[in-house]
Amino acid sequence: MTTSAAKRWQRLLLRKVVPPVILISVLIAIWWVWLAYHPSPIFPTPGDVVRGTAELVKDGTIWDHIGASLARVSLGFSLALVVAIPLGLWMGLYEVVDATLNPLFQIMRPISPIAWIPIAILLLGVSNASPIFIIFIATVFPMIVQTAAAVHTIEPRYLRAAANFGVSGPRVLVHVIIPAILPQVIVGMRISLGVSWLVVVAAEMIALRSGLGFLIIDSRNAGNRYDLVIAAMIIIGLIGLLLDGLMRLLERLKSVRWRYVK
Amino acid sequence: MTKNATEKISLRGVKKSFITDDGPLEVLGGLDLTVATGQFVAIVGPSGAGKTTLINVACGFTLPDAGSVLIDGVPRHGPSRKGILISQQGSVFPWMTVRENLLFALDRGAKAKNIELAQRYIDLVKLQGFENSYPHELSGGMLKRVEIARALVLKPEILYMDEPFSALDALMRLRMRTELLRILEEEHHTVLLITHDVEEAIHLADQIVVMSPRPAVIQATFAVPFPHPRQLSMPEVQQLKESILRELGM
Ligand SMILES: Nc1ncnc2c1ncn2[C@@H]1O[C@H](COP(=O)(O)OP(=O)(O)OP(=O)(O)O)[C@@H](O)[C@H]1O
Ligand SMILES: [Mg+2]
Repeated sequence: MTTSAAKRWQRLLLRKVVPPVILISVLIAIWWVWLAYHPSPIFPTPGDVVRGTAELVKDGTIWDHIGASLARVSLGFSLALVVAIPLGLWMGLYEVVDATLNPLFQIMRPISPIAWIPIAILLLGVSNASPIFIIFIATVFPMIVQTAAAVHTIEPRYLRAAANFGVSGPRVLVHVIIPAILPQVIVGMRISLGVSWLVVVAAEMIALRSGLGFLIIDSRNAGNRYDLVIAAMIIIGLIGLLLDGLMRLLERLKSVRWRYVK
Repeated sequence: MTKNATEKISLRGVKKSFITDDGPLEVLGGLDLTVATGQFVAIVGPSGAGKTTLINVACGFTLPDAGSVLIDGVPRHGPSRKGILISQQGSVFPWMTVRENLLFALDRGAKAKNIELAQRYIDLVKLQGFENSYPHELSGGMLKRVEIARALVLKPEILYMDEPFSALDALMRLRMRTELLRILEEEHHTVLLITHDVEEAIHLADQIVVMSPRPAVIQATFAVPFPHPRQLSMPEVQQLKESILRELGM
């Protein structure tokens, strides 16, 4: 490593890593000191949370809960993409389809996914299918609307160029329309995945036997284990951060970067 | 139908209005224009006169309200590979590399042959080494050259250029003009160029057409009889420039 590269890393570390680490450490210290002066029989100290997490890791249950939540999100989110992207394209390309479907989706979109929980339980019962359905609902409408809007905002000069070269039909779809909307679709996916992760925890709080949301409710109900509640919350946050980071990697693909530069 | 073999583009009484909030806006007011095969015609005119509208009508993207557009004596109804437009804002696909842009335009034919052909035109505009670069990694001048290469690789009979160099700095503009002349010497296209730069028009064109303000008609036509390479400092050239500027009301 050259010295200038080493310096760059050093600066990056100083600017991007050190300040948040200090902030979080200070907050944990305040939490700890506060409890030292105001002991509580229920509210855990940071030390309790670490011991609780270790307990969950040792008996392996934490991996089952994480796996269950991630599996539900992947399934619900993938189903939503498979439905939303073709439907959004179809709406974007044909005005009749757009005029017919858009009002319906605009009405569905602002309904909180949590409001669908009773419907999900009625239709699918207290099963794995319910939270998957909720995640599907939470992401499918925004993704449809986003995809259709992306098609509408394709700059006509690109479509004209394709027409000028005598290229039409599926080749325009594959080589012009889809790549043109891809950057916006990826941003939509990133936001939707974040929403899915928010929603899965809420959905799992209702009468399920696995998942991080279940872990929170179960820990509280089974003897006020607030150390485990907070441990689960922190794990949820960290996994959310990781998922967002993975989606950000997609934004770095060369064929979509044009949209984000300058 | 009278068919004149040397008439490549012929506009007859072309009218075009746009509907705006303040009622119809008459942009082209019965305009006649003829471009001979292999001729380089430059159009100059005030901003907002309807130059872009005119070139869109000529290459088939906009249908005129009245009048006709004939290409090789045949009425035109839409865009075709015979005439490629280099638009004012540029239309190189930002999600494709330089080479992929050219290959997309080539579209049909054998892959290996197309790659070879694309390389020839990438070399012609001096972009060797940037075949796999994305447009956002190129400078403005390089991007314009990609656009020109992508048009030329199709060997179109007509090149329509709408202020292709106006976004570039003065030095780059001069260099692009010289390159364009060099390319046209090898491949004899018919060219319709729109520009607001009278010197650029004199440097490049065989004939300069001055458009009137809206509703636009052809107000004056000047032949440019000087051989290439042209010395813009020559007194005859300066005289021509002054007459054109006078037509433009300056
Ligand atoms: N699609 C459209 N709808 C409504 N008005 C339009 C449309 N296209 C052009 N116009 C109007 O027609 C007039 C001529 O536009 P045009 O773009 O042809 O001018 P131009 O001569 O190319 O100008 P510039 O030199 O600035 O490029 C302008 O007043 C413009 O506002
Ligand atoms: Mg214009």
